[in-house]
Amino acid sequence: MRNPETRIRLVSAAIVLMLMALGARLWELQVVRGEQFTKQSFVNRLRIEHVPAPRGIIYDRRGNPLVKNAPFYSVALAPQLMPEADLEAIADFLGMELAEVGGIVQRHRNAIEPVRLRGGLRFDEVAFIEARTSDFPALVIDVDETRHYPYGDTVAHVVGYLGKLGPEQIRKKDFRDVPRQSFIGQWGVEKMYDSHLRGKPGRRVFEADAVGRKLRLISEDLAQHGNDLYLSIDLDLQRAAVEAFRGRAGALVALKPDTGEVLALISRPSFDPNLFSRGIDTGNWLRLVNHQGYPLLNRALQTNAPPGSTFKLITAITALEEKVLTPNTTMIANGVVAKGPWRYRCWKRSGHGKVDLRKSLVESCDVYYYKAGELTGINAIARTARKFHFGRESGLNLVKEKKGLIPDSEWKKRVKKEPWYLGETYNASIGQGFVLTTPIQLAKMTSWVSNGGYAYDLTLIRAEEPPEPFEKIDVSPETLDVIKEAMRGVVADEKGTGRNAMSKIVEIAGKTGTAQVVRLREDESRSFDEIPYNLRDHAWFIAFAPLEEPEIALAVYVEHGGGGGAVAAPIAKVAIEQYMRSLESHVQN
Amino acid sequence: MFRIDRRLLANMDWLLAGVVILISAAGISTIFSATRPLFGGTQPDYYIKQIYWLIMGLGALTVVVSIDYKWFHRAANALYGGGLLLLVVVLVAGRVGMGAQRWLSIGPFNIQPSEFFKLVYLMALARFLSMDSESLDWRSLGKGFGALVLPPLLLVLVQPDLGTSIVLLLLFVGLALAKGIKKRVALLLAAILIVSVPFLGTLAWDNLKGYQKDRITAFINPEADSGGMGYHVRQSKVAVGSGGLFGKGYLKGTQGPFRFLPEKHTDFVFAVFAEERGFFGSMVLLFLYMTLLLRGLGAARLAKDDFARYLCLGIVYLFAIQLFVNMGMTMGLAPIVGLPLPFMSYGGSAMLTNCMAVGLLMGVRARRFELFF
Repeated sequence: MRNPETRIRLVSAAIVLMLMALGARLWELQVVRGEQFTKQSFVNRLRIEHVPAPRGIIYDRRGNPLVKNAPFYSVALAPQLMPEADLEAIADFLGMELAEVGGIVQRHRNAIEPVRLRGGLRFDEVAFIEARTSDFPALVIDVDETRHYPYGDTVAHVVGYLGKLGPEQIRKKDFRDVPRQSFIGQWGVEKMYDSHLRGKPGRRVFEADAVGRKLRLISEDLAQHGNDLYLSIDLDLQRAAVEAFRGRAGALVALKPDTGEVLALISRPSFDPNLFSRGIDTGNWLRLVNHQGYPLLNRALQTNAPPGSTFKLITAITALEEKVLTPNTTMIANGVVAKGPWRYRCWKRSGHGKVDLRKSLVESCDVYYYKAGELTGINAIARTARKFHFGRESGLNLVKEKKGLIPDSEWKKRVKKEPWYLGETYNASIGQGFVLTTPIQLAKMTSWVSNGGYAYDLTLIRAEEPPEPFEKIDVSPETLDVIKEAMRGVVADEKGTGRNAMSKIVEIAGKTGTAQVVRLREDESRSFDEIPYNLRDHAWFIAFAPLEEPEIALAVYVEHGGGGGAVAAPIAKVAIEQYMRSLESHVQN
Repeated sequence: MFRIDRRLLANMDWLLAGVVILISAAGISTIFSATRPLFGGTQPDYYIKQIYWLIMGLGALTVVVSIDYKWFHRAANALYGGGLLLLVVVLVAGRVGMGAQRWLSIGPFNIQPSEFFKLVYLMALARFLSMDSESLDWRSLGKGFGALVLPPLLLVLVQPDLGTSIVLLLLFVGLALAKGIKKRVALLLAAILIVSVPFLGTLAWDNLKGYQKDRITAFINPEADSGGMGYHVRQSKVAVGSGGLFGKGYLKGTQGPFRFLPEKHTDFVFAVFAEERGFFGSMVLLFLYMTLLLRGLGAARLAKDDFARYLCLGIVYLFAIQLFVNMGMTMGLAPIVGLPLPFMSYGGSAMLTNCMAVGLLMGVRARRFELFF
């Protein structure tokens, strides 16, 4: 070796330099970034486990549970073992496609919590997987809770369903304590009262090794059970009414007149909320969304429909309050009113003959209301309608509601850019033309007429003490008494249109409505079955019972059902009788 | 060939021996801590085995010191041939472990011939390079590479043992540079190397095993692969970094026993050490290694002949390469290549080889005043 001194010195220098580089890196890692790494090394071995809080139970007003909690088993992959896991064997073992497992793993590459592969395992499947944990150490069984709705679609539109915490919800303050993978109320009461029902999940902090084996429990916050909720709904009434619809589309809203509690809220067709409890699959979702009958639509609150003759209550109240008529004012109704070239006909072509106010409601004479409307004018009718909260939301906040429509001359000018015509008053007087209402609005009107004009806030929660009415409707009690007596006649009189609602166990008062969807030509007369479904009349029936100190007031809407007296009245009768019976048995108990 | 006299003892490098024992002791205590069970369970006997290996290593060191290195000079080619034979045997009859065929079972022992081979390889290289004092030209360079480097390189690559093959190649390059390469040859070689890097790189990449590729990708971009090899790099950095200035204290480290670190008592033993002893402890360790390396270079400088000089230099290279690659890997500066940390990592073959290497250094130094007979 030539110049060994120099060459060896060079090597020495290189070695010292490289040692200094190592020292500098040590300084960087241990001193400059030491604190950060210390924190990481601590967090590294902590595993936080969420203990789901049992959700509160939702009961009906008599304590029947409308929902139950049930365990939900799923098989998940421990993230620390994911890189080494034999996905092919796991897919094979779980009966899944390799591509599916691979996709899930790919999406959750950086997961910290176990990654769910398949949920909704049966108990025997759980046992099968647990028996082979030694072969598949990466697999863990996760137990969570899920909701089971024993009454299926019967109360679905009230109780609602659960869904995954949505991406925009995660950021909201209300859901700060909610673990990411949780299911929360996404519809109906489950959503409205979610924070009341959901409770607070517990937390267990474990010291764990890199494989995720829990070695020592460090701390534990117990899960706090969610609060239970008692609804104002009467399950037996709800079920009986659903039955009475016999598969037809429509809605029913029943209220307790002296409290504003909702006793029943039905929208048909409905859906099975159990489908949603653990995330609805695409097939079921598409089936619901594309269903011809729109099962997800809450018809009680989201249907704008002409109220038909049920709206005659408003016209009659207006005429009495404006004193353009008295209860004894009679008219001769011969089935038609002529105005210029137009003819306004009664549903009864032959006419009702000599008619007073009571008879006009009992037999539902159209001509009487054409004339009453002409005397009061549209704007007075609209004022009365607004007193009864038509044209606005019910305040129930259950879903995004339809508001209905109460037209007047100002509205016509603003929206249609036209003056108001008398013929339009005729149509509005009998609840046709521009007038639109929702079933819940008619139920409210019925309730407030029945209790002498006291408006209560609507609620789905059982009232623990009698609430104060928030408003006394500005209509004289005498007027309402006249209306109520006429409504009694609708059901009780021989010629009443609502005789199908007559009950042997309770005196029911009501009013029928048959809302035209399209106007038939004058010479046209087709039988019900000949008319295409979506052109058939809507059937309405509003009713309350008993006559004195009413316990229940309701509105029945049968979409394209035909005549109100024939179709809607029997449903109302079933509902009211069921409620009166359960009231009685409840008092006895 | 064995001869120990008073003068030899007087010139013995006791400092070097002391440094080796200190580093080994740090290694054994770290192995104990790294493998300690959590919350009960029995302590695995890795640390006891390592103590046995150290004792055997010191015995081997004594034997090697007592042999005059001139004997190794004469026997270099024969020893090299024997070593090469062992590498063939390991391929034919070796035990497969962790995806590679590296071990040979002899009775109760599993030995790794490629470790011992490094020493005879260095002897053969030293003998070859000390034959004349001319700078290397094409002919001598080709002869040395073809005859001494290529055969073991291929045999080790087939196992496959990427770490050892890199070490063999670097040792040759380092020693050739120390001897000197003719300027023309050196320039041309450099040019060829630069031009052929893309081709060789592709060729090498295509022939790597999956886990080897993963390690390299993880080194280049550790965040992209937080679950696999990148995970190991990150956890190793967390271990080192969390030691801070003074360390978490002996038996207080968590990254090892909680199994966040792979190979915690072998390749990643330094991460466990750095976690428990902190920056100061690690600097003391680095200082010990520096003493070891500089003392080795001192032996090279004092050596009486070129064979001894090249041999010592090669041994220093051997230690330095393993030290830098291993520590670099634990600190995220070098790709994860399975090279143990000399005297610290658990492993018998490496401990025996390293002790014998130190024996050679001490022997050369002790015989610096001897006259040629």
